[in-house]
Amino acid sequence: MNSELKIQTPEGITFSFQLAGPILRCLAWIVDLLVIVVISQGLGTLGQIAGVISRDLAMAVATIGYFVVSIGYGVATEWAWRGQTIGKRLLRLRVMDVQGLRLQFHQVLLRNLLRFVDMLPGLYLVGGLACLVSRRAQRLGDFAANTVVVHSAKYTEPDLDQLLAGKFNSLRQFPHLEARLRQRVPPAEARLALQALVRRDELDPAARVELFAELAEHFKSVVTFPPEAVEAMPDEQYIRNVVDLLFRTRTIQVKPAPRELASVGG
Amino acid sequence: MIIDLHRFIAAERPGWTELERMLERLEADPYRQIPLEEVQRFHLLYQKVSADLGRVATFASEPELKRYLESLTARAYGEIHETRERGSRFRPVHWFAVEFPRVFRKQFGAFLVSLIITIVGMLFGGFAVALDEDAKEAILPGQFSHLLNDPAKRVAEEEKAKHNRIEGKHSYFASALMANNIRVSIFTLGLGVTFGVGTIIELFYNAVLLGMVIVDYALAGQTIFMLGWLMPHGVIEIPAILIAGQGGLVLGKALIGRGDRAPLAARLRAIGPDLMTLIFGVTVMLVWAGVIESFLSQYHEPAIRYWQKIAFGTVELAALIWFLGFKRSATEPEDAKA
Repeated sequence: MNSELKIQTPEGITFSFQLAGPILRCLAWIVDLLVIVVISQGLGTLGQIAGVISRDLAMAVATIGYFVVSIGYGVATEWAWRGQTIGKRLLRLRVMDVQGLRLQFHQVLLRNLLRFVDMLPGLYLVGGLACLVSRRAQRLGDFAANTVVVHSAKYTEPDLDQLLAGKFNSLRQFPHLEARLRQRVPPAEARLALQALVRRDELDPAARVELFAELAEHFKSVVTFPPEAVEAMPDEQYIRNVVDLLFRTRTIQVKPAPRELASVGG
Repeated sequence: MIIDLHRFIAAERPGWTELERMLERLEADPYRQIPLEEVQRFHLLYQKVSADLGRVATFASEPELKRYLESLTARAYGEIHETRERGSRFRPVHWFAVEFPRVFRKQFGAFLVSLIITIVGMLFGGFAVALDEDAKEAILPGQFSHLLNDPAKRVAEEEKAKHNRIEGKHSYFASALMANNIRVSIFTLGLGVTFGVGTIIELFYNAVLLGMVIVDYALAGQTIFMLGWLMPHGVIEIPAILIAGQGGLVLGKALIGRGDRAPLAARLRAIGPDLMTLIFGVTVMLVWAGVIESFLSQYHEPAIRYWQKIAFGTVELAALIWFLGFKRSATEPEDAKA
């Protein structure tokens, strides 16, 4: 099972989605099951009221109601909320077309109807196993409907203000070198430097000195700052300043608005 | 290459916002007719956002910005590269009267296979009960235990009864029948995902039970009762299950892909709308069958004459054959009429 679904557009752009595993999907299903039970209870109460008029009719409404809710809940919510049910919303999951195209109604319907097979012989055993062995973590319903379930993990940035607080950064005096550094350092290396700082207290003193020396040497080779800016600066402080330049931009005010960011993952 | 991220975001953001607004409008109303100028603008903005994503992708410190642009590109990609027909607004009457029979005829080969499996199963069940008295007890599941008794005894009891045994529970009985039969149909169609094998087994097993019951009543000299009991709802219910089987076999065939060079995903994509149409049609048929079974089939002589029930069933069957097999619509595509 891959953990990512990569889609390459004809324009040569690649974007990826994190595939949801069986555990996360199971949790979302439990939430949805609770919602179905609550709605069915509500229908049962309505049925009791209707029972005053006709007990037969009330029982019929309750039977049909439960049947429609148990099948229609997933179909209706996934279609109305573009691939999400209440459980999926809570766990940041979304059903999407396997090729990244617009989700069609017949896809939503088919994957929900095939739950009857995925649930065999009980507790989604067939679906769970299919999910585990599938290349794209698909249960049988997803397979037939050409859909996948993706997870939009919440991105949590370390508290850089706390990590880098109160330190004068002499490298900021050279904006052209700062820009060059931001341009030349690939994302993976930037993350590595950040992680080294975040987890520095977990390292042995000797290993800590050695690690930051290696990192500093590398970043100095990427962009060379004037000697007066780095004079007598310990390696760890150098990396701290580099991370400050890479992650604490002065462009916060022009980043996408929170409302726009909320739609990430769609 | 981005030197000044601040300036880059400031310059490009209006385009991103504009594309996002367009996407929101498209997603809110998928059936909206879009003017050509707007389509061209949408395409241009998509290309710009794609290019922006390419530029930001290698930038170290803007994961949120990258995720935002990825999301925007993914949403626009889904709209731009979607080649399947957007379809028109759902019109239930038109869909049932035109679309359902059209798809049934389009996939008639699978229905024929479904019918053959059922006939073979019925013959098997019939022979089993004719040749071995214990077969009925061995094969009939617990839910049909009332059919284990002597048919002649049951007929005598039903005809002697002063009140119908489901008197006052007709609506509940109808709803339970509908729910159960629709569940069985969905299951039969869904089992097509086992390359059709599950669907074949399910059809065959149901047919064995049906064949056993028919032959059991016929051997007991109760053919007229049996026809009067089964025909009013059975002539709709049994074809509905066969159509569900037809859907399952269509799914199985698409998975096997014999004689079709299209990739698996394309084959599944092509049959999706047909499966949806078939299962919706089956649902409508089973709602009708549930009502008839509860409100008509359970009444026997002297309350209602058997010939009247058989005549009713015959008319229903003729109407169903005409509706599914011969009814043509003026709006039906030429290829479907061929």
